[in-house]
Amino acid sequence: MPEQLVYAMEVFLNGLMAGVLYALVALGFVLIYKASGIFNYAQGVMALFAALTLVGVMEGQVPFSHLINAIFGTDIHHFGWHLPAIVGIVVTILVMIGLAWMVQKFVFKHLVGQEPIILFMATIGLAYFLEGVGDIMWGSDIKKLDVGLPQGINTWIDESTFKVFDYGFFIDNLDIFATLIAAILVIGLVIFSQYSKQGRAMRAVADDHQAALSVGINLNFIWVMVWSLAGFVALVAGIMWGTKSGVQFSLSLIALKALPVLMLGGFTSIPGAIVGGLIIGVGEKLFEFAIGPMVGGATENWFAYVLALIFLVFRPQGLFGEKIIERV
Amino acid sequence: MFYREAGDFKTSYVDDGQTFPIKFDRYRYYFVLFVAFAMVPLLINDYWVNAIFLPFLIYSIAAIGLNILVGYCGQVSLGTGGFMAVGAYACYKFMTGLDIWIGGVQYALPPINIFFSVILAGLVTAVVGVLFGLPSLRIKGFYLAVATLAAQFFLVWLFNKWAWAYNYSASGQINAPEREIFGVAITGPNTEAWASYLFCLVIAAITAVIARNLTRGASGRKWMAIRDMDIAAEIIGVNPLKAKLSAFAVSSFYIGIAGALFFAVYLGAVEVGEAFGIQKSFIVLFMVIIGGLGSIFGSFAGAAFLVLLPVLLKLMLADSTDTITGFSTVMSWIFLLAFAAAVVMLVINVIRTRSLIAGSGVGWIFASIAAFMAYALTIGGMGWPTDIVAHLQLVIVGALIIIFLVAEPHGIAQLWRVAKEKLRLWPFPH
Repeated sequence: MPEQLVYAMEVFLNGLMAGVLYALVALGFVLIYKASGIFNYAQGVMALFAALTLVGVMEGQVPFSHLINAIFGTDIHHFGWHLPAIVGIVVTILVMIGLAWMVQKFVFKHLVGQEPIILFMATIGLAYFLEGVGDIMWGSDIKKLDVGLPQGINTWIDESTFKVFDYGFFIDNLDIFATLIAAILVIGLVIFSQYSKQGRAMRAVADDHQAALSVGINLNFIWVMVWSLAGFVALVAGIMWGTKSGVQFSLSLIALKALPVLMLGGFTSIPGAIVGGLIIGVGEKLFEFAIGPMVGGATENWFAYVLALIFLVFRPQGLFGEKIIERV
Repeated sequence: MFYREAGDFKTSYVDDGQTFPIKFDRYRYYFVLFVAFAMVPLLINDYWVNAIFLPFLIYSIAAIGLNILVGYCGQVSLGTGGFMAVGAYACYKFMTGLDIWIGGVQYALPPINIFFSVILAGLVTAVVGVLFGLPSLRIKGFYLAVATLAAQFFLVWLFNKWAWAYNYSASGQINAPEREIFGVAITGPNTEAWASYLFCLVIAAITAVIARNLTRGASGRKWMAIRDMDIAAEIIGVNPLKAKLSAFAVSSFYIGIAGALFFAVYLGAVEVGEAFGIQKSFIVLFMVIIGGLGSIFGSFAGAAFLVLLPVLLKLMLADSTDTITGFSTVMSWIFLLAFAAAVVMLVINVIRTRSLIAGSGVGWIFASIAAFMAYALTIGGMGWPTDIVAHLQLVIVGALIIIFLVAEPHGIAQLWRVAKEKLRLWPFPH
């Protein structure tokens, strides 16, 4: 087998894994969009915030310690404990539910019935707000996140591919693990929304607010639930990306990676998010591999967007999106 | 009382159709122009110009441009940073002499005068803007917003990699060489503060007048029809292709001019990812939202607000070295006055309602914020670490965006309109 092809196959596999991570972030977007028509730009910052909170809780950091020290001239930083990951995750989930409640109560309750683009801009404001709060609360230095996920090269794949192609593929254990988690998450979400009472209520709300209200569904509760779910997905994405590259500001930029995924897959479709993620992940890695060296590299920043842009001109609703019908 | 239209008679159609139909407005406008052109240049120094006036004027131009697209035509764009970069690099190429290679032979234009370089840069950006505006005919709303991100990322990447654009300089930066108008340096290290200020002011004033008249005229009405409902607009005879693309063209023209000025006059040297990253797109969008969607005055107000906020926060909270001479003192007096006014209003409110809480909650918040600001400015800064102040700024800006969208979607411009309505009647209640 020619060498280039083998390299391309490795790039392809890595692209698939990266695509899964993009899809994980995109899932959070789809959930909120389906249930409330809000395109939540803050999803990436929520992942950052969740990861920061997780690290902070596990390391026993005092929240807002920098601000407190600045105002009162004290010098406190740590409670002095180290909690196991599971406790940290539970506390973080509670924090994310609280956050969901506050977002609903203070922001989107007042914006019901506004145009989608106004809601979108409100979420940009929310993203700025959360980013600032997260940084003041936990400090903005780069933190290491370790919840005990396997990391490093997968030796089994390395050896078995070496036997076949005479060249060992480099696949990170973490990526494999993330793929598994994403698969479980998607199956769980589909089961939840298809078979549970609350899931059905959620789909009813997505279909028609007023009709759902008239059959006795509590809109506020559903919205808080959806934002909590999105917060949970953000936490999972935050753990994956945080373990991979440390918890830092750039984590919030994964939202920007997920946007073209959504445009490609359609804003309203969970399978669309997965397929879109895979296409983008593979596409940008292969493009960088094949064309990148010719134009100076670093094409990953824009390839996904340009691909989605060209795609949208031909199919504005995305691959799996519902057809947009407009009436005067 | 101070502000009314009674007795202000119009005797011709020209009179009736002028930009400021009310006499008081008109005189105030002339007065502001007089102060800006004749008095400010005599009073300012380098600090004032670089920290406040230049960014204010340049961001105003960018905000007007984005407001035409977002506020008037309803097409949300997140590509502002990328378009500013196009303006900056086009201006650089024109002012250093545009060179083209055809078949291994270099043909070069002579360097063009800085004023015309800026205008030409705007035109180049308009062409690029139309190109990236083409998808707006098929896709709408936040689909389009996300699509314009493609412009943002692609353009920034392009100017990073395309060596021709930065004249093959080793650092990948572009540096503005010294250029003059009528023998006065406008760009480069030897520029006088008043010269660069006046240059930006002239361009800002001209562009604002043009924008105001464009939005009042036929094209503005078409844009607004498209914004309010594009299908309905199409049915009553507005050509969506022309309307949308002209909005993209005009908007990009303005943003390109802003980018050119930002590079040539304000910064002098630019690294594209740093100066024109995605943050720039968001800041200009925030200016438009806070200032007021669909208002030229709002663009100025929003730009002033977001330029002043970081300066003020730094002076108040971070370690103050009082770099902007006298600014801190002036502002602390303003906030003391605001505090006094808020207290007076509170007292009146409390006496009238016989309650400490009813109807004066906002007043309490306002009074305490004003008091804190006045205190912090008077003692010369709280001395907090700068990173906390920077994060606090994110929180404040984010919260303000949400507050404005919830409480006053038309921004500062609408607050201004309400205040004017009040002034028309004052001191009578009806």
